[in-house]
Amino acid sequence: MNIHEYQASELLAAAGVTVPRGVVAHTAEEAESIARNFSWSSFMVKAQVHAGGRGKGHFQDGFKGGVHLVKTPQQVRDIAAKMIGNTLITHQTGPEGKPVHAVLICEPTEIARELYLAIVLDRSSGCPVIVASRQGGMEIETVAEKNPEAILREKVHPSLGLQPYQARKLSIFLGFPSTALRAPCRLLHAAYRLFIDKDCSQVEINPLAVTKGGDVCALDAKLNFDDNAIFRHKEIEALSDPSQEDPRDLAAAEHHLNYIGLDGNIGCMVNGAGLAMATLDLLQAVGGRPANFLDVGGGASKQMVTVAFRLLQGDPSVKAILVNIFGGILKCDLLAQGMVAACHNAPPRVPIIVRMQGTNVDAGRKILKESGLALIPAEGLMEAAEKAVAAASGKKGK
Amino acid sequence: MSVLVDANTRLVVQGITGKTGSFHASACKEYGTKVVAGVTPARGGEKFENTVPIFDTVSEAVAATHANASMIFVPPDFAGDAILEAADAGIQLIVAITEGIPVLDMMRVRHALKEYSCVLIGPNCPGIITPGACKIGIMPGHIHRPGHVGVVSRSGTLTYEAVWQITNLGLGQSTCIGVGGDPIHGLTLQKSVEYLHADPDTHAIVMIGEIGGSEEEEAAEYIHARVKKPVISFIAGATAPPGRRMGHAGAIISGGKGTAQAKIEALQKAGVRVAKTLADIGGEVAKALGK
Repeated sequence: MNIHEYQASELLAAAGVTVPRGVVAHTAEEAESIARNFSWSSFMVKAQVHAGGRGKGHFQDGFKGGVHLVKTPQQVRDIAAKMIGNTLITHQTGPEGKPVHAVLICEPTEIARELYLAIVLDRSSGCPVIVASRQGGMEIETVAEKNPEAILREKVHPSLGLQPYQARKLSIFLGFPSTALRAPCRLLHAAYRLFIDKDCSQVEINPLAVTKGGDVCALDAKLNFDDNAIFRHKEIEALSDPSQEDPRDLAAAEHHLNYIGLDGNIGCMVNGAGLAMATLDLLQAVGGRPANFLDVGGGASKQMVTVAFRLLQGDPSVKAILVNIFGGILKCDLLAQGMVAACHNAPPRVPIIVRMQGTNVDAGRKILKESGLALIPAEGLMEAAEKAVAAASGKKGK
Repeated sequence: MSVLVDANTRLVVQGITGKTGSFHASACKEYGTKVVAGVTPARGGEKFENTVPIFDTVSEAVAATHANASMIFVPPDFAGDAILEAADAGIQLIVAITEGIPVLDMMRVRHALKEYSCVLIGPNCPGIITPGACKIGIMPGHIHRPGHVGVVSRSGTLTYEAVWQITNLGLGQSTCIGVGGDPIHGLTLQKSVEYLHADPDTHAIVMIGEIGGSEEEEAAEYIHARVKKPVISFIAGATAPPGRRMGHAGAIISGGKGTAQAKIEALQKAGVRVAKTLADIGGEVAKALGK
């Protein structure tokens, strides 16, 4: 799960990490009055979207930059008015961009040095690892490639947690003098605690600024949370912003379907994540473009199949639907019933190719045949993929 | 011979009274697995399907029935605890089916398991089966056939697909292991390959991987250095968009790492036959075995 910058700032501050002073505004008027309340010499106005690259981004109407530095409350109001209600496009949002409903007004920080800090889980060792780099403000992948010695990766013991000596080691690596380790060590401990306490999948502070006054401050931060652990963090769940998500993804999430919208025209319904991924690969290998990843799960119910099918039917970009099911726990007859129920309510508007194997496959095929629905059956995987591609391009399946 | 499970394996099912737990306990029993006990706290003394005794704790179940393997269907918030309970009761093989366990819970559990000699398969996995002898998990038993192809995979239905293709060739499987789709889990692909390689009954190994992490690359190194048997592989997710979690919590390309391309290259370098598409797995197995 993702959250906005201002929300991440609040969580970091609550955990004891220093962040720039700032307040979120949802209207231009609010932005101006916030600016008037503070006697800062200038103001940062930052568009709030779930994507990076905002500074270099542009808005749908041509207005440039999702981050602005201005001098007066009036200018804060003007910039906020241009951002709020607009759509920001960055290299991370895709061409459709993300809507801006809020801006963060904050005090510019006088920066002496920019550093990088992240906490992630290392899969092979099964330990949290703290990644520190002296080159802040850059993407860590770039630094890793061009200048790997500027990065230190420190593994943390899962039961012991971050030890003081590790915090000192990291701080010294980041260039803090040994007489001034207190502030960076405190920040490291606070960030690590946040990572554990909130079940984060990532805490990334970039840049981590050393101010001219000698403070250590998280200028921008990205927090991601483990979806599996959200059930025990209602306070985090409440921070979700549906306006930042693909509406198709939202509809699927409501019904506990694993769905990811893609930009092709073949709707796919598959059971199991691995098989679903492999089906998308197969479609592209024979020249097709999938409209989505959709895993109805190993143990899907008839109702989930109905909902999934309706979701594909309702997607205007879908020109053909490929159903690929290997019946294990999900029995083929149950799947067939779900599809028939969905088609009963909304007659199919695109060709549907069905490939079923596994548990109760004969019963499933019988139900589909007797339903009178114009489905295109396929026995083999390759045959199914080719028929789907042909159907999506307007040709008749064999 | 087989790997990890055979006709003598004695299974306890943790969470046997739940909807999914009871369904699959029943299916395993029907397949021929020796389901000797169930565990559900506060339900001790009852019987599952009038035959299998239910206990409050795993250690009571082990003491009374000599269970040596466990299958876990406990909900995600208590599943980590269930794994530790099984380990502490002396269970040697723990198969955690549960999907959706918080990753930090699994981090602590995996670490704690270092103090025990047990093997953990999963979580978020289909389980393990030695066809005709023992099924511990949620895979459909009837698609399998006793034989000599060992299968290991990170995905459930993709494994069924591969198994089905192998069965349709007139071949069969020695043991099939699903290691699970979570980023932090027990038995790895490499360790599974080691087991299958050491098993005289396994003549070829099929390894099915997917995007995310580096287990396929690690297995490739091992295969290159040690494995003499033919290895056939398939990697799912070649066309997956980076940064998106593809159904499995562990199936994600992050920071340019964990791509299908990198895995395929590592495997090919190790002399593994990599199937081009999902439809070609069976064909590659046949070629490797000269059938």
